[in-house]
Amino acid sequence: MATIKLDAKVPEGPIGEKWTKYKSSVPLVNPANKRSLEIIVVGTGLAGASAAASLAEMGYKVKTFCFQDSPRRAHSIAAQGGINAAKNYQNDGDSTYRLFYDTIKGGDYRAREGNVHRLAEVSASIIDQCVAQGVPFARDYGGMLRNRSFGGTQVQRTFYAAGQTGQQLLLGAYSALERQIGKGSVINYSRHEMLDVVKIDGKARGIIARNLITGELERHFGHAVLLCTGGYGNVFYLSTNAMGSNVTAAWKAHKQGALFANPCFTQIHPTCIPVSGDHQSKLTLMSESLRNDGRIWVPKQKDDKRAANDIPEEERDYYLERRYPAFGNLVPRDIASRAAKERCDAGYGVGVTKMAVYLDFKSNLINKYGRAEATKLGIENPDLDTLIRLGKEVVKEEYGNLFDMYKQITGEDPYEVPMMIYPAVHYTMGGVWVDYNLMTTVPGLYCLGEANFSDHGANRLGASALMQGLSDGYFVIPYTIGSYLSAEIKTKSISTDHEAFVEAEKATRERIEKLINIKGKQSPESFHKRLGKIMWEKCGMARNEKGLTEAIAEIQALKKEFWSDLRVLGDIDGFNPELDKAGRVADFIELGELMCIDALNRNESCGGHFREEYQEDGGEAMRDDENFMYVAAWEHKGESKWELHKEELKYENIKIAQRNYK
Amino acid sequence: MTINLKVWKQKNAKTSGNLETYKVDQVSPDMSFLEMFDVLNEKLVQENKEPIAFDHDCREGICGMCSMYINGQPHGPLEGVTTCQLHMRTFKDGDTIVVEPWRSAAFPVIKDLVVDRTAFDRIIASGGFVSVNTGNAQDANNLAIGKDKADMAFAAAACIGCGACVAACKNASAMLFVSAKVSQLALLPQGQPERESRALNMVAQMDAEGFGACTNTGACAAECPKEISLDNIARLNREFLGASISSQEV
Repeated sequence: MATIKLDAKVPEGPIGEKWTKYKSSVPLVNPANKRSLEIIVVGTGLAGASAAASLAEMGYKVKTFCFQDSPRRAHSIAAQGGINAAKNYQNDGDSTYRLFYDTIKGGDYRAREGNVHRLAEVSASIIDQCVAQGVPFARDYGGMLRNRSFGGTQVQRTFYAAGQTGQQLLLGAYSALERQIGKGSVINYSRHEMLDVVKIDGKARGIIARNLITGELERHFGHAVLLCTGGYGNVFYLSTNAMGSNVTAAWKAHKQGALFANPCFTQIHPTCIPVSGDHQSKLTLMSESLRNDGRIWVPKQKDDKRAANDIPEEERDYYLERRYPAFGNLVPRDIASRAAKERCDAGYGVGVTKMAVYLDFKSNLINKYGRAEATKLGIENPDLDTLIRLGKEVVKEEYGNLFDMYKQITGEDPYEVPMMIYPAVHYTMGGVWVDYNLMTTVPGLYCLGEANFSDHGANRLGASALMQGLSDGYFVIPYTIGSYLSAEIKTKSISTDHEAFVEAEKATRERIEKLINIKGKQSPESFHKRLGKIMWEKCGMARNEKGLTEAIAEIQALKKEFWSDLRVLGDIDGFNPELDKAGRVADFIELGELMCIDALNRNESCGGHFREEYQEDGGEAMRDDENFMYVAAWEHKGESKWELHKEELKYENIKIAQRNYK
Repeated sequence: MTINLKVWKQKNAKTSGNLETYKVDQVSPDMSFLEMFDVLNEKLVQENKEPIAFDHDCREGICGMCSMYINGQPHGPLEGVTTCQLHMRTFKDGDTIVVEPWRSAAFPVIKDLVVDRTAFDRIIASGGFVSVNTGNAQDANNLAIGKDKADMAFAAAACIGCGACVAACKNASAMLFVSAKVSQLALLPQGQPERESRALNMVAQMDAEGFGACTNTGACAAECPKEISLDNIARLNREFLGASISSQEV
C-alpha cells in the first residue's frame, strides 16, 4: 500500500475568498446525471438529515440509515443551549472574522483555518434556512430573533429555542428529510446499523448494514458514502451522549483506511449533574447557557457543612470570576471544567461526594430579572418575595425545561437552592480525518458533523456543534461532493453481488458469530463500564505519561478478556440489543487504546487535552506550538498498531497567542 | 428498596406475549426507572436469562424513544415526565409495578417493550414540513413573528413523537401528535402556503395508518410528557374543516 500523503486541499488565496472562489470553480454535475448517482448517508442527526435532504433536493438518489426507530431520535435532539451565527443582529460588533477568530482561539489553535473560516461564513445562512423551515427560535416582542451569550465570546451571537435548540433544529432537518422520503427521493432505513464500508478499487462503493429487527445483513451500493454518525464520548461509559451513541461506523471506516485524527481531543463539559451512584447509566448536561445567569462558587472554607443558602455572600468563592475577571463565568468549557476539578481536588467541593460545585441563580433571579420586571410593572420598592416571584417567571421562560429536568433527576428545586454541578464527558473534537471537501483518506467516503475532526481544534466553543453539523450538511457537502461525483458520472451502479460486497458481508457475519459464540460470563455492559473507568481515570480531565502507559496495557488486557469471556444472550437472527451493544463495545475498546496512544504522543497541554507534566505555575495549560502544532492523524496498521501522519497547521490570518481569558 | 415487576415479554411480532414476574433488590431512590431495568438486565445476564428489550436512548427526556406503560399510564405516574426522567423515589419499597409496551394497532410490538412507530414518520412525510429547499431562504429577520405566536408555535413544536398520546387514548388516536405539527406550522407565516394541504394530507395519512378517531376525552394531553395542549386538537379541527371547505381542489 502506498504511503498516505495528507493533503487538506484548502484552496489558495486570501482566507475571505477561498470558499467563494471554490464554489465558483468546483466542477458541477448536471441534473440528468444527478439522477443516476446514488449517495448513502449513515446517521440522521443534524449533519446527516441536512445533508440527505439537501442532496435529494438537488436530484441525487439518497439512502439514509439510522440505528434508532426514527431519524428524528438522533442525539442532536438533546442539544440544549443554542447555535452560533455571525449575524450581528445585536449590533455588538460581531462579524464573520470574529466568529472565525473566537473558534480558532477557543480551539486553542489546533483547528484548520480554511475550514473554520468557511464555517463562520455559512453560519448566517443556517439561521435563515432554519427559520424558513419553521424552526421556532426565541423572539422579542417586536418579532425579531433573540440572542444570548455563550462561553469564550464577548458578543451575543447564539440563537436558541428555550433549552431545546437541538430538538427544534433537528426536527427542522428531519421534516426536510421526511419531505424527500415522501417524494421517494430518499429511502430511509431505520433500525439499521452500518457494520462495514465496502471498497472497490480503493473507492468507497457501499456499506454492509444490519437490520436490527431481523438481524439480516444487507448490502447497499452508493457512488459515495457519507458518515454522519456523531461523536465517541461513550467510550468513557458515562457521558452526556445517548445510550446508543457509538463509534462503530467511524471505526469501521478507520479500519478500511480512513485516518482517525486527534482522538484524544475530548470535551469535558463543566456543567453536568454529578454522579449519584454505581447504577448511573449516563450523565445529564445542564446547558452552558445557564452560565449566563448562574454564578459558580464553592465555600471559602474547606469541608463546609452548611447548606448553600446558609453560607453568607462574603464566605463564597466565585472562583471563575476571581481567576478570569474578563470572561468570568463564561470562560471556555475546558477552562471552567479544570477550575472545578481544581477546587474539588483541593477540598472545597460540595454535596455528599464533595465532587461538585454550586451554580447559583439567586442573584440574577432577584437583581437582574426580578428588578427589571418590577420596573416594567411599575412596582416601586419591591420586596424580596416579589422580586423572586417575578424573576422566576423570566428564568422559567429562558430555561424552564432545564430546571424541571434538574429537579426530576436530583429531587431538589434549583429555583430555591443552587444547582450542584460537576464536569462530564460531552463532545469529541477528534474524529475521522477529512480534507476541505470533507472527504476522508478513502476516496468517495466522506465524514460530516461531530464524527469528523475538522473545526473545533482541541476545544469546542458552546453552540458551535449545531452550527458545524448543519453547515456541513446544508451548505458544504452539496458543493464539495460535486468535485468527486463529477468524475463518477460514467460509473454505473455496481451490483451488490460484486465480490467485494460478498466478502465484506462474510467478514461481518463471521465477526457477529464470533461475538455471540464466545459464551463467557460477562455482559457487554460490564466490559463497557470497566473500559469507561480506565478512560475516565487515566485519559480524562487530566492525563500523565504513567497513567496513559498503564491505561494502554489495561485496555489490551481488557480486550483479551472481552474476546474470551463475553456473554451475549439472545438470537443472532432477531431483535437483540445485547448483540448490538457487544459490537459497539468491541469497537470502543480499540478506540480507547488509540486515544491513550494519541494522548501519550501529544506532549503538551492544549484545550481539552491536559497533560499534568505540561502546565504553568498557576495551573494553566502549557501549549507547545513548536512541536505540536499539527493534526495527529492515525493510520490503522493491524491489531494495536498505528502509524502517525502529521498535518501541519498554518496560521496565516490569526496571530498565535497564549489563550487569555483574564 | 425492593421492587416487584410484572413485565410484558414477547419474542417477536408473530408470537403472543405474557407478563413475567421479576424481583429487583437494592433499588436506590436516586435510580431512574430505566436504570432499575439496567440493574435487572445485568442480573438476568448473570442468570443466563435473556434480558428485557426496551427502547431508550437519550435518557434526558427529549428523544422520545421510551414506549412503556407503567402501571397502566404511559411514562408512569408523574405529570410532564418521560419514563427516563422518572426516578425510583416516586415508588415505595415492596411496590409491584406492571410494565407493558404501547398498545395500538398502528404500533405493532417488535419485541418485549419495543414497538414500531414508523407510522409517525409517514404522517410527517405526508405534510409535516415547509417546502423550502436548502438555499432558498431570505434573511431570518425579514420575517417578523410576534412573540405570542412564536411561543405558541414553540409549545406545539416541543412534541417528542413518543406516542404516549396514542397509548393513552382509548381509541388509539394520533390527533394530539398530528395537531401539534399542524398547529406549529399553521401559527407561523412560513407555514401558510401549504396550510390547507398539510392539514388534509396529514389527517388522511393518520387515518390510513389505522389510528382511531378522536372523541375529545383529553387523555392524550393529560399523559403527554411534554404537556402538549388539547387546544392544538381544536386548532387541527378548525384547520381541517377550513381546508375541507375552502380547498381549491375540486
